[in-house]
Amino acid sequence: MLTKQQLVVIGNGMVGCRLCEELIEKKSEEIFKIVVFGNERLPAYDRVHLSEYFAGKSADDLTLQPVDWYVKHGIDLWLGDHIMAIDRKNKYVISEQGCHVPYDKLVLATGSSPFVPPVSGAEKKGVFVYRTLEDLDNIILYSKQVKTAAVIGGGLLGLEAAKAMMDLGVDTHVVECAPSLMPRQLDEAAGKFLQLKIEDLGVNVHLNKLTHEFRGNGRVESILFADASELAVDMVVISAGIRAADELGKRSDLQLGARGGIAVNNYLQTSDPDIYAIGECASHENTTYGLVGPGYQMASVLADNLLGATREFSGADMSCQLKLLGVDVASFGDTHSDDERENAVILENHKDGIYKKLILSEDGQRLLGGMLVGDTSDYGRLLSSYQAGVPIPKAPESLLVPPATSSDKDATSVAFLPASAMVCSCNNVTKGDLVQAIRQENIQELAGLKGSTKGGTGCGGCIPLMKDILALELEKSGVAIDRSLCEHFPYDRQGLRELIQKNKLYTFGQVLEKYGTGQGCEVCRPAIASILAGCWNDHVLNHQDIQDTNDHYMANTQRNGTYSVVPRVPGGELTPDQLIAIGQVAKEFDLYTKITGGQRIDLFGARLEDLPKIWQKLIDAGMESGHAYGKALRTVKSCVGSTWCRFGVQDSTSLAIELENRYKGLRAPHKIKGGVSGCIRECAEAQSKDFGVIATEQGWNLYVCGNGGAKPQHAILLASDIDTNTVIRYLDRFLMYYIHTAEHLTRTATWLNNMDGGIDHLKDVVIHDSLGIAEQLEYEMQQLINSYQCEWTATLQDPDKLKRFRPFLNTEETDPTIQFIKERGQIRPAPPVKQPVLELLEI
Amino acid sequence: MEVWKKVINLKDIAIGSKGCVKFGSLQIALVHYSKHEWYAVQNLCPHQQQNVLSRGLIGDRQGEPKLVCPLHKNAFSLKTGKHLEGNADMQLQTFPVKEEEGYLFIKVEEQFLTSLESPMLANCA
Repeated sequence: MLTKQQLVVIGNGMVGCRLCEELIEKKSEEIFKIVVFGNERLPAYDRVHLSEYFAGKSADDLTLQPVDWYVKHGIDLWLGDHIMAIDRKNKYVISEQGCHVPYDKLVLATGSSPFVPPVSGAEKKGVFVYRTLEDLDNIILYSKQVKTAAVIGGGLLGLEAAKAMMDLGVDTHVVECAPSLMPRQLDEAAGKFLQLKIEDLGVNVHLNKLTHEFRGNGRVESILFADASELAVDMVVISAGIRAADELGKRSDLQLGARGGIAVNNYLQTSDPDIYAIGECASHENTTYGLVGPGYQMASVLADNLLGATREFSGADMSCQLKLLGVDVASFGDTHSDDERENAVILENHKDGIYKKLILSEDGQRLLGGMLVGDTSDYGRLLSSYQAGVPIPKAPESLLVPPATSSDKDATSVAFLPASAMVCSCNNVTKGDLVQAIRQENIQELAGLKGSTKGGTGCGGCIPLMKDILALELEKSGVAIDRSLCEHFPYDRQGLRELIQKNKLYTFGQVLEKYGTGQGCEVCRPAIASILAGCWNDHVLNHQDIQDTNDHYMANTQRNGTYSVVPRVPGGELTPDQLIAIGQVAKEFDLYTKITGGQRIDLFGARLEDLPKIWQKLIDAGMESGHAYGKALRTVKSCVGSTWCRFGVQDSTSLAIELENRYKGLRAPHKIKGGVSGCIRECAEAQSKDFGVIATEQGWNLYVCGNGGAKPQHAILLASDIDTNTVIRYLDRFLMYYIHTAEHLTRTATWLNNMDGGIDHLKDVVIHDSLGIAEQLEYEMQQLINSYQCEWTATLQDPDKLKRFRPFLNTEETDPTIQFIKERGQIRPAPPVKQPVLELLEI
Repeated sequence: MEVWKKVINLKDIAIGSKGCVKFGSLQIALVHYSKHEWYAVQNLCPHQQQNVLSRGLIGDRQGEPKLVCPLHKNAFSLKTGKHLEGNADMQLQTFPVKEEEGYLFIKVEEQFLTSLESPMLANCA
């Protein structure tokens, strides 16, 4: 049996930790016994997000891997101990505490130390560096007794430190010796944009200031600059850059790089073939890298090499994208071309504080680099274009303005969202946070991702986007994507729908018994309710306890547990009598009334027990359910069109009413909205709808798959200049194809974005019947239309169904905790109180 | 002191269904999970303090019976009242349930039925 080799890693920072992760992931355990030494008393933590420590994150939150993780994987972790020397001849290391640890292979990942400029008075009280959690603890403690602080250094780290000081509530100054901020990444103009933005936030910026001396009696009281000016401050945080921590290498006679750092070759080997260096302490081709990205690349390359591969590290670019004091900043590639004939394209938007600059190759064909301030939404796209070295458009300025609507699947997919893109704004979770969690914690399902990141646990509006990001990451890492509906059904919606239809299953119980396990959940129950409705169009209340609360009570749940009621108003057309009837009902039941975005009237604040009485009155006045509570057709919005409008070319109102009445009650994977405009002015905003029709001189243009919502998207032209019958035929096919194939809770826009072949495929299916199913789709749609019933009319005639509209099983009381206040002459829910029961009992 | 309160006739709530019962100011979500398997938890969702849990969907997670709030889909264990995505601030009060002579009984602290105090207050602070 082979004995294991001993691998000693000196340094337990982000890169050292990543190396361990890579090794464990690549099954190093049979080859190496790993021993790790870390200077600090804490295991490796996320230094990139250090400033969040000030904003309330704990050391645990920032920890990359808990101590248990090292133990579990058989790694010996020695914290709070320095390695003082390497005996290269006898191959062992000696620690400060006297440990002699032999090695077969040794990795230096000692990182860097803060660069402290040679300024007299740096030993005074109140002068700090910004590097470790311990530094931060000291800064936090000292800041409690001060009013003003200066950060020395206006680079990336300096601005991070400035953010931290702002978070501590201290009046903050940033001192930079260069003429602009972030001189390494940005040119002067970009630096100016950044400066204006952060000055708006209340940070004082001092440029061209070379620090000469920290003055004060024992503790720092002011800074004297080389130009003899002086700034009074109570504390100083030095964040003026870093120096590779190469002392150990130097002491061990390892070769160093020209500008410091331990020299390594392409295999990351130092001048001693059994010793390697990675991260900030390494110098590759005389370059040291102060960013974590290149460090991670080195860790990955070295892990492979230690396990027998011969991968080369060929340098890394210093591209970065971050939020500094809330300002988006990004740079990539070569940002400092000294060439006077520099080919650059610049966009300056002074109104919104946005600066974008692209540097092009001499022939204007390729991107050499760029920088973005104020808006970095293009970063992902530009970086990939730069890295791939692909030719850029003839009009390069088009790269800097938002892309036009495109049917291109990739351009709109989540793959092109930048890491900084906010996904869950309730919990401040970015795409990058999600991706990191998925990768580091090997997450494979939504519940785990929610638990880990808290994303999607607020309002829940981001859950579809989170699902897409999870699917994309899993696809990237080669994990077969599990499209199961949930843990109870190992089928996707389309597969399950086919089984239900083919085997003529009519209830959730039948479906669960035949194809599922357990009791179901909040995902599969409503999904199957939707499938059953799309197949058989049975009354919604025949399916007890599988509907979301909206469908369960055929009304929209509001924040205080009351409901809103929306009668159908086809095409937005309402007679004065209907308007009066709605008003009378609202008055009688004291409901808050508001016009909706879909040209209807929403009545809020209805108590559960009042819903049947309210609907009885509305139905008596000739109204019917608007299905605002269902994943179903909502409205078809219209303008008045050629009947009244002097510009209208077709009767858009009549078509909208016809379409709304045709598809009313149609249940689908998600809600469906339509619009019909009488001319190109598009007052009905049809291009933002799931289907939109716009009048032309010759007939109608039909658009599909538009969306408002969290990620707005324009609808795409499906067919032009078609007559009314063709509009209806295409829509029947389109909607039924959507109902057949979309995943649960997927709007038409996302459905199309994820469709193989995109709009061309959809056109083939709907117009050219490429799948030979057009007739079937039209037939099924006709069946659903024929079986339409107003759910509320049917409910009011059924005493059994009416039973569920009572708040309590054991008493006829109404719920006393529902309380309203008056605002602008109408009711609104009383604001949440901390102790509702107690408060309400006092009333 | 804890007392067993008679709630409803067993026939009044179907298997797989749920409802709300009220004693004084106390609202309890009652779930008929499966045959002879009942659960009772507070009706007040600790997220935004609304009495709505009895209108949520029931189901299971890895076999653990759960109740999902209709407002924001927070899922709670019916057995322990724990928030299933690990938010310790959102803990539900659970109540023992028993069947006897065709009726259902829930065990509650007597003082909650008479005084202004409610066991939910601990979760609302």
